[in-house]
Amino acid sequence: MKVLVPVKRVIDFNVKVRVKSDQTGVDLANVKMSMNPFDEIAVEEAVRLKEQGKAAEIVVVSIGPGQARETLRTALAMGADRGILVKSDADIEPLAVAKILKAIVEEEKPELVITGKQAIDDDSNQTGQMLAALLGWGQGTFAHKLELEGGEAKIEREVDGGLQTVEVKLPAVMTTDLRLNEPRYASLPNIMKAKKKPIAEKTPADYGVDVTPRLKVLKVTEPAKRQAGIKVKSVAELVDKLSEAGVI
Amino acid sequence: MASLVVAEHDNKNLSDATAKTVAAASAISSPVHVLVAGQNCGAVADAAAKIKGVEKVLAADDALYAHMVAETMEPLLLTLASQYDAILAPATTNGKNILPRVAAKLDVPQISEIIKVVGPDTFERPIYAGNAIQTVEAKLPKKIITVRTTAFKSPGEDGRAEIEKIAATADPGTAKFMGEALSKSERPELTAAKIVVSGGRGLGSGENFKLIEKVADRLHAAVGASRAAVDAGYVPNDYQVGQTGKVVAPDLYLAVGISGAIQHLAGMKDSKVIAAINKDEEAPIFQVADFGLVADLFQALPELDQELAKRGR
Repeated sequence: MKVLVPVKRVIDFNVKVRVKSDQTGVDLANVKMSMNPFDEIAVEEAVRLKEQGKAAEIVVVSIGPGQARETLRTALAMGADRGILVKSDADIEPLAVAKILKAIVEEEKPELVITGKQAIDDDSNQTGQMLAALLGWGQGTFAHKLELEGGEAKIEREVDGGLQTVEVKLPAVMTTDLRLNEPRYASLPNIMKAKKKPIAEKTPADYGVDVTPRLKVLKVTEPAKRQAGIKVKSVAELVDKLSEAGVI
Repeated sequence: MASLVVAEHDNKNLSDATAKTVAAASAISSPVHVLVAGQNCGAVADAAAKIKGVEKVLAADDALYAHMVAETMEPLLLTLASQYDAILAPATTNGKNILPRVAAKLDVPQISEIIKVVGPDTFERPIYAGNAIQTVEAKLPKKIITVRTTAFKSPGEDGRAEIEKIAATADPGTAKFMGEALSKSERPELTAAKIVVSGGRGLGSGENFKLIEKVADRLHAAVGASRAAVDAGYVPNDYQVGQTGKVVAPDLYLAVGISGAIQHLAGMKDSKVIAAINKDEEAPIFQVADFGLVADLFQALPELDQELAKRGR
């Protein structure tokens, strides 16, 4: 079967985010960018399916600026077979992303789409669910474990109270949580090999999707800061302070 | 028009997250109705009817909704959508699983995890793991919203809403619930507890978490953990506090052996009082802690337990 994995280029998770002084967004100039960590987990899961002989081909898609090509190369170096870059310099909302992905799914006909549960920039946690709904497919979100059996995917999900298992008919969408797997580092030979793997270039218009934002961002501000308090010298003093504060 | 809140429950008890979501809904569009979808969930519908500000409870009691599977919840919400200009759910794993499907089918964006209603069309939400706050304007025919409930106050109970039974919609048959392994605990639920005692990698093992549990039990507190402690396998994943785990805002958050990575801080920085015990005095947790104790936790925790016992806790 074919597996489709969308990947997003985001600010590296180790970078300390700074809000721009004009409140239009966060400062992305000269900041290290990487693949969204949840998407790395999605690529890893697809590569493992291929290594187990369960997946025949892995197609990775990135929707974003020209530099998102590097993000696709990373996925190809991890073991994906080919890439599709849907080039756009605009910020594209999750619903429009889902519509573009739907058009790609209809062309490519994968049996499984694996997305990260959320991107660590806008923290929306929407795209996978929206794609599943637009396609009329089932979904296994926040996946902790995947088992493919016949025409079904058994997906163990991380939910608030613990773990939940759902059985979803294929084709389906799965979104990854942190503990699904630990993504590999691409080896140097694989990085070299990835340079030869094909990346097709498209635009949102090729898929007939209007990407005009529907939400208007009025401003982006710093969160309220907490002041550092005091250091206490002993456990007894800590308990005194907590009693005085009325919290124990 | 009106707004509809999707109730969070386990068929027996209504989660407090529902009432907090009602608070957000009231500020967007009144009257507020609550949808209780479940199986044998009459007690939940009764509880929802008591929330202040709720005009009507819609009860969809059917085996199909026993576990609120997203694929079955979507058509139910779509049949109701025309009567509401806003549909809200708490940003629990359940709400996050269901609502984007409804938004996509209605062809509107979802506004995720709002922390403030600035006006009926304007909302604040955290982005970049809470390191920035985005104010968005949503002039949309329908507003589909998930709510970070720690940011809203429960409106209390003086309501006597009518309960209307509604019919189930067809099962699309694309997904089914197979089972669950929920953590059983006598302790209060992490997101609802007044006191949370959390442990990090500093604990060194799952066995050592007993030190945390002992203090937590003395304080009738919930037990939390940092991602590092969960990844190391000391405790189950549902203990995790942080951007990718649970967001909590108790009266007291006691962080033990937690260095305070930004991803962890994003999950607890709205707590009323933060106390931290860590042997590294440079640990970033001390920059947000109201009371910090630089100490070896293996000495401090038993001492804390004794000190609390001495004072009758």
